[in-house]
Amino acid sequence: MSDIDQPILSVKNLTKRFGDRIAVNDASFDLWQGEVLAIVGESGSGKTTLLNCASARMTPDVGQVSFRTRHEGVVDVYKLSEAARRLLSRTDWGYVHQNPADGLRMDVSAGANVGERLMALGERHYGRIRNEAAQWLSRVEMQQDRIDESPQTFSGGMRQRLQIARNLVTRPRLVFMDEPTSGLDVSVQAKLLDLLRTLTHQLDLASIIVTHDLAVARLLAHRMLVMKDGCIVEQGLTDQVLDDPQHPYTQLLVSSVLLP
Amino acid sequence: MSAVTTLDPAINLDTGYNFAYLDERTKRMIRRAILKAVAIPGYQVPFGSREMPLPYGWGTGGIQVTASIIGRHDVLKVIDQGADDTVNAVNIRRFFQRTTGVVTTERTVEATLIQTRHRIPETPLQENQIIVYQVPIPEPLAKLEPREAETKKMHGLSEYGLMHVKLYEDIAKFGYIATTYDYPVMVDDRYLMAPSPIPKFDNPKMNMNPALQLFGAGREKRIYAIPPYTKVESLAFDDHPFEVQRWQQHCALCGAKESFLDEVITDDQGGRMFLCSDTDFCQERRGEVASTAALVERPLSGSV
Ligand SMILES: [Zn+2]
Repeated sequence: MSDIDQPILSVKNLTKRFGDRIAVNDASFDLWQGEVLAIVGESGSGKTTLLNCASARMTPDVGQVSFRTRHEGVVDVYKLSEAARRLLSRTDWGYVHQNPADGLRMDVSAGANVGERLMALGERHYGRIRNEAAQWLSRVEMQQDRIDESPQTFSGGMRQRLQIARNLVTRPRLVFMDEPTSGLDVSVQAKLLDLLRTLTHQLDLASIIVTHDLAVARLLAHRMLVMKDGCIVEQGLTDQVLDDPQHPYTQLLVSSVLLP
Repeated sequence: MSAVTTLDPAINLDTGYNFAYLDERTKRMIRRAILKAVAIPGYQVPFGSREMPLPYGWGTGGIQVTASIIGRHDVLKVIDQGADDTVNAVNIRRFFQRTTGVVTTERTVEATLIQTRHRIPETPLQENQIIVYQVPIPEPLAKLEPREAETKKMHGLSEYGLMHVKLYEDIAKFGYIATTYDYPVMVDDRYLMAPSPIPKFDNPKMNMNPALQLFGAGREKRIYAIPPYTKVESLAFDDHPFEVQRWQQHCALCGAKESFLDEVITDDQGGRMFLCSDTDFCQERRGEVASTAALVERPLSGSV
């Protein structure tokens, strides 16, 4: 089977327990190149734990996560050496935190934040790093002349844009996002969602977005997956799931959004 | 001023202590850490730092390293900011005189063992010499990454991009790499290392140095080393290469052009002059110190 016929990420029978509590119970899903998948659920449903296990930030108790690499075919993420896994997560992967301060270095400039991954990969030409950082600021619709400013001086929306630029500078093919727009004002949220939609499309990014907000899923995701009590209760094309929910829990979620 | 002090009668050997203050078990423990450090150049080896009769910040790490390797035939030089006569240097020298009775010197060429804070002597070191640096913060990434588990991982996996982030910030802010002290280096193409707060002027001296270089951090309980003739490279960017400090002035006393100069205020009318920070080097150049080689046999260091 040629690689391109394989999903870029494949999660199989993943289970994660915290003591007696099962946070994620036997979750399986595939993600394809260029596809945006939303994981939807209430807080405590296990959606963030599933994201963390899928992105190798948290080791699952059971299950397998496979990633289709650029050059070495499909690899079992948890069988890679730690060095290889860390390299993967700062080159071909991105991770956008809900709180930008968790994903940024708040005490260095915007330019250094964007340039860090390049430097980590051995880029040793200041001019090139700076140039690349400036271009990425533009691509996330930030003014290039803010390149030397500290993220401390940025608004929440700007910080989130910077975090996205910092992740995209190595041209990853897969980006994990944990509630990337929550905590922002509604108008800021809308602009950021537009930007994410444009970027994922332009860059043919595969992406997993964890959100409690069905509107985010509707706007960004090709497919979605609904979680309740650690279990995936429904998954399918976003419009199908939202317009014709099958599981009673999904029906409840959808109807609660429709209430005035 | 006599450069070599052979048992200053004012400072008697205090027989109430073990030789060099530390007990033999502690010395063996520290020597094992030193051997490991020498075997893995630039790697920070943890050790069981002991209480010393000096507070942290006064060179307790360097003192413990020196105490563990000093032998009766060593000739000890102690410098602080390049000078042998500052309070800190005098105290440490006196400590070793009292606890070992070894010969001390101010002349770099005569020393077999040099303990230093903030400088490497201008006079090139030789194969039979050991230099011991006092280190306040051994972890070069500490200011950028406060989580110790994470910095350990970065060393383990050679993930050093973060150090360049710091240099990038310097250039973005000042137009050049403004870090002048404790300028980070790569040792033997493998470990990122803090050279202690020496001026970056001294960094090139660490590279391929014939002497053994040992680093002791008391509070942080770390020892690391650069074995003789080891590659030590200061970090930089291709388009912003590493450069050492240069002065327009010469030393007002000896006329040296190539030594590290301190600016000294001479009066309250803004008068100032530049002097060598390495007082021994400056005196040697002025020919003020008569050779004292006759007084001192030049033994190998380290043999108790
Ligand atoms: Zn001079």
